[in-house]
Amino acid sequence: MSANADTSAKAALTQPMREAPSLSLTERLIVMPVVLPLLTFVIILVLWEAATRVFAIPSFILPAPTRIIEGFSAVTPSRWSAHVWATLRVALIGYLVAIAVSLPIAIGLAKSRLMSRALYPLLVVIQSVPVVAVAPIIIVVLGTDDAPRVVITFMIAFFPLVVSMTTGLMATPPELIELSRSLRAPQYREITQIRLPYAVPYIFSGLKISVTLAVIGAVVAEFVAADVGIGFFIQFSTSMFRLPQAWAGLVVLVAMSLFLFQVVSLSQRLFFPWSLPKERR
Amino acid sequence: MGLATNAIDFRAVGQVFATESGPLTALDDVNLTIAQHEFVAVLGPSGCGKSTLLRLTAGLMLPTEGKVSVYRQPVTRPRDDVGIVFQQATLLPWANVLDNVTFPARHKRGRVGAPDRERAAEVIAAVGLKGFEARLPAELSGGMQQRVGIARALFLNPDILLMDEPFSALDALTRDAMGYELLKLWQASPKTVMFITHSIPEAVLLADRVIVMSARPGRIVADMPVPLGRPRDESALRAPEVQDFAAHLRELLIAKEPSL
Ligand SMILES: Nc1ncnc2c1ncn2[C@@H]1O[C@H](COP(=O)(O)OP(=O)(O)OP(=O)(O)O)[C@@H](O)[C@H]1O
Ligand SMILES: [Mg+2]
Repeated sequence: MSANADTSAKAALTQPMREAPSLSLTERLIVMPVVLPLLTFVIILVLWEAATRVFAIPSFILPAPTRIIEGFSAVTPSRWSAHVWATLRVALIGYLVAIAVSLPIAIGLAKSRLMSRALYPLLVVIQSVPVVAVAPIIIVVLGTDDAPRVVITFMIAFFPLVVSMTTGLMATPPELIELSRSLRAPQYREITQIRLPYAVPYIFSGLKISVTLAVIGAVVAEFVAADVGIGFFIQFSTSMFRLPQAWAGLVVLVAMSLFLFQVVSLSQRLFFPWSLPKERR
Repeated sequence: MGLATNAIDFRAVGQVFATESGPLTALDDVNLTIAQHEFVAVLGPSGCGKSTLLRLTAGLMLPTEGKVSVYRQPVTRPRDDVGIVFQQATLLPWANVLDNVTFPARHKRGRVGAPDRERAAEVIAAVGLKGFEARLPAELSGGMQQRVGIARALFLNPDILLMDEPFSALDALTRDAMGYELLKLWQASPKTVMFITHSIPEAVLLADRVIVMSARPGRIVADMPVPLGRPRDESALRAPEVQDFAAHLRELLIAKEPSL
């Protein structure tokens, strides 16, 4: 009797918990961002394998996942890591350079009407230049080491960053700017203490778009001129008609993009939890 | 003696904005004097220039005509002794209550010292938020957020408090409670208050004087003392002469509201 009352009391106590589930740290940091997308990925793989077998699709059209896995062993692990590192290095350097350059430009665009009038059209023109088409020119001008590849990566990753940062810097409630002015605070603190933190959600959406673009940029550069890197590896394998091997390279690229994207999302969740919509904290 | 001092003085003030559809007269020939520690409510239809009146007083803009003075000095830029409370609390979402309240110090001087934190504790207690110092704005109700906004404005101990429809985003009950608390704060530490509102009961409950404005161009159409002593409570508000006063204000406002 009393035991019964006890359980129902407990049930009553846990009731609100069930209605508003609060996620544990592991759930927040690992299950939600990593396990769930991974699961989706595995399901797609299984369907893919089944399809290639059922319809007997030749491997040069669409290799089965198992064939692609075999493709991984075509190259030694140390060679793989050399390819991965080459692409990752260029993507990351280009990405960081794009961040470092876009931030001051975004501040200028947001703060000064003059600068935005003068610079914005130029930025749009630069953005409209098909990077794939200028890539060979850049390689000719800058040589064949990392520098041209970083520049190409930078050009692809840069624009979304400037746009999102500028939008974010201008999204501050005007009242806070008035508060800042009414305090007669130094101008730069309006940027550092109000506008930049307010821009964090916008900046992160730009960072997420650009990090995958940076990988694309590095690959495009490798297509044009490289002797190492995943992009080079894919192109080389394709030219040798080793399609499962090329697909293995593609898988590595996707994994790399996915990984970088998750690193960016995770840092937002860790360092700026307030910048996420409430239900996703 | 104290009442003889003018805190805020508008002399033939006009404000014309250049807009895409031509010049827009937001204020026209506004004359207004607010004594030190007087509580003045400004009532008027939307767009009649109430916020403009407040911005001019705050020194956030300069009038295109006439003169605005605070303590006999022409207003040319924002002053240290003027605090502002906005319609939305507009707190920093990443900063907790304490950091939001001390924000003026951090923003103005770049640092928050021990005396600042003491002062913050004082104003946080005064607005009834003791114990909530570590909460983020998103964890507070609208009323509590606006209390933080008021505490932030009081933090630098301004002599003049400018409030732009500070309670209009709150539900009716919270709004009444906040009104009474504002009166308590004002009585404990007298300040000159310019209180902009759309609500006649709120203006009558809070103010010594009510200014009524008309729209396009924004003009002062009435300037009347509230026929009520202090302290005030619900029953005082139900007195017939107060009801008549409120009815009169309503007539003025309806007459000035553009017909639908
Ligand atoms: N910076 C500005 N530039 C151009 N027009 C403006 C500017 N500020 C205000 N106005 C115009 O001036 C008029 C008065 O504006 P104000 O904000 O003072 O009105 P208000 O009485 O506070 O209105 P509300 O009750 O809606 O807050 C409005 O028509 C508004 O559109
Ligand atoms: Mg207004």
